[in-house]
Amino acid sequence: MRDKQDSQALLKVRDLSVSFTTDEGEVEALDRVSFDIARGEILGLVGESGCGKSVSAFSVMRLLPRPMGRITNGKILLDTKDLLTLTKEEIRKIRGKEIGMIFQEPMNALNPVKKIGEQIAEVFLLHQGVSHRQALDLAIGMLDEVGISDPANRALEYPHQLSGGMRQRVVIAMALACKPKLIIADEPTTALDVTVQAQILDLLQNLQKKNGSSILLITHDLGVIAENCDQVCVMYAGRIVERASVQTLFKNPIHAYTRGLMASIPRMDGIPKNKLMTIPGIVPALSQLDQGCRFAPRSGLSHPVNSLQRRPPFKEVASGHWVEACPVCTKI
Amino acid sequence: MKQEKEVLKLDQLCVHFPVRGGVFRRAIGSCRAVDGVSLSIKRGQTFGLVGESGCGKSTLAKSIVGLVTPTSGSIFFQGNELNSNLLTPEYRKSVQMVFQDPFESLNARMTVGAILEEPLVIHRLCGKHERSKRVAKLLKQVGLPESAAKRYPFEFSGGQRQRIGVARALALEPELLVLDEPVSALDVSVQSQVLNLLMDLQDQLGLTYFLIAHDLAVVRHISDVIAVMYLGKIVEVGPAKDIYANPVHAYTKALLSSIPIPDPSAKKKRILIPGDVPSPINPPKGCAFGNRMNSPNYLTSVDQELKMEKVGAGHWVLACPCCVHL
Ligand SMILES: Nc1ncnc2c1ncn2[C@@H]1O[C@H](COP(=O)(O)OP(=O)(O)OP(=O)(O)O)[C@@H](O)[C@H]1O
Ligand SMILES: Nc1ncnc2c1ncn2[C@@H]1O[C@H](COP(=O)(O)OP(=O)(O)OP(=O)(O)O)[C@@H](O)[C@H]1O
Ligand SMILES: [Mg+2]
Ligand SMILES: [Mg+2]
Repeated sequence: MRDKQDSQALLKVRDLSVSFTTDEGEVEALDRVSFDIARGEILGLVGESGCGKSVSAFSVMRLLPRPMGRITNGKILLDTKDLLTLTKEEIRKIRGKEIGMIFQEPMNALNPVKKIGEQIAEVFLLHQGVSHRQALDLAIGMLDEVGISDPANRALEYPHQLSGGMRQRVVIAMALACKPKLIIADEPTTALDVTVQAQILDLLQNLQKKNGSSILLITHDLGVIAENCDQVCVMYAGRIVERASVQTLFKNPIHAYTRGLMASIPRMDGIPKNKLMTIPGIVPALSQLDQGCRFAPRSGLSHPVNSLQRRPPFKEVASGHWVEACPVCTKI
Repeated sequence: MKQEKEVLKLDQLCVHFPVRGGVFRRAIGSCRAVDGVSLSIKRGQTFGLVGESGCGKSTLAKSIVGLVTPTSGSIFFQGNELNSNLLTPEYRKSVQMVFQDPFESLNARMTVGAILEEPLVIHRLCGKHERSKRVAKLLKQVGLPESAAKRYPFEFSGGQRQRIGVARALALEPELLVLDEPVSALDVSVQSQVLNLLMDLQDQLGLTYFLIAHDLAVVRHISDVIAVMYLGKIVEVGPAKDIYANPVHAYTKALLSSIPIPDPSAKKKRILIPGDVPSPINPPKGCAFGNRMNSPNYLTSVDQELKMEKVGAGHWVLACPCCVHL
């Protein structure tokens, strides 16, 4: 099963390590991260601020800030292409065409002094060799597809004339213009209201199903994960500590961090005013990371020396359910 | 339910901002950020306020603490009406605010000790020695070590900074804390630490909270009463459990149905709200939500003056023909 999935995977990330040069010296933001995304699947990447979700996304798109950020190890395969060996020119052709991107802050993805229709048209011009007129028509079609009413007139507006939700629709229109195989959505709805979030996620899912594309959906909201993803990776301090299908992860979380995360959110069916579970302490700084189990200091559980010194192996504990097998943090 | 004393009452409070335009920057309209809000908060209660971005939650909060001046309406504190231009020192002491962003709301150049002493100095409350004793006590109350007093805000994590924000608000021993999205900027694991702290402090000190949050699960968890705001108006208010179990207004129902539930096997019936959050500048006549939903009854709401109607014990709803079916 696993092998079959492996060969079908659209994106394979293997042992990806990323370092940043900072004032405090060299810090490692990702430590041998591996994950796959199958065709037509939505993979969720969840974890707290600073755990490395965006760095993972930027690495796949080869958009790490240079020269501070460097990929120091690993492979990123899209189908059979190793994205890390491509030239700048080659990777530019893939971005927008085979990989579409949606970020948290739509304003960052949009050019404030260009009409939105023109901005979407550019994607078609760049990747599909159509005429300017055709590109504009296609752009208007995209605006319609993402649910913007009166698209021909809206195409003439500038980003600042649109609401946050509409801007994010425009970004989605740009990201999906060439029907990319992979969509990377980094906190696409975090800046939006819950009601608008519901619209946008609904839209994204519909388009994904229609085009049969895959999505890497990054969020820190476990609710968004539960409602939208097929598979989930839980990240902590630069590593993936658990991976499973969404059903399994919520029913049977194994790693102490995953369990802590799930227990600390107030639930709509919880008992009001009850003490919430907490994870004591804070997320560690990158400059202070250990080689061994990184959750040890916050787990409240005493760890034997060897699991503090050596990275616990990533083990498949049940079919498709993988966990960083620190003997202490995975004992239930 | 025991009858508790009313701490704060708002009566038909309005905050309208002028909208300027044209070459001469003349007022060409008004932004009705808060448009006739009445509510009542009892001692020891947590009053939760929810609603979409831009509906006027922060403006309402700021008008309570005196950071913006209401255009009309009145504020009563412990039964006494406040003259909005003359907020008494007593009131300023009794009502304190905690802001969303613990990074921006603390002065980066001051030590935590100085930040906590500042309100005591401004209100000339106690001598130097007494002040440092108060600071130590405040830090202890919010679960920070005494040594924190000598450090600067940037040396702390987000959750710790929010504790400092809470400690600063507590410095004057207030009656009412106005909390504007106090945990929205925090990670979930840290968010629960701060929520627990707020619940503990309320138990120990008998504080009253006016809490704004966009996370409806957070609001549900710690609130006694919840008000739902839409475009400057409260459309529904009631005991927390009734609002969640029996929402009456169409907007409340839609809002509740939009919450992503962290349970993949949960069955959800989502009510998608079309379009965007409307602007409070020249809002539509009649029922604003009916207008957004293209409700068939919308037109009948246009000529009516919409009023709050009682639908249960302490449970009121803005009775409009398109969003409420009684
Ligand atoms: N340009 C940079 N220079 C130095 N460190 C960086 C840089 N960009 C990211 N980092 C570090 O890499 C780590 C991972 O950052 P990343 O942005 O991936 O976190 P994230 O999981 O996306 O968090 P968030 O939920 O806040 O978006 C962080 O500790 C961050 O400080
Ligand atoms: N000082 C001001 N001058 C003019 N308009 C203002 C001012 N402050 C707020 N507004 C407007 O009043 C409306 C309500 O804003 P407010 O900040 O109260 O919303 P909110 O409900 O707190 O939203 P959010 O959830 O995004 O914090 C908005 O349309 C805003 O643009
Ligand atoms: Mg990020
Ligand atoms: Mg606000």
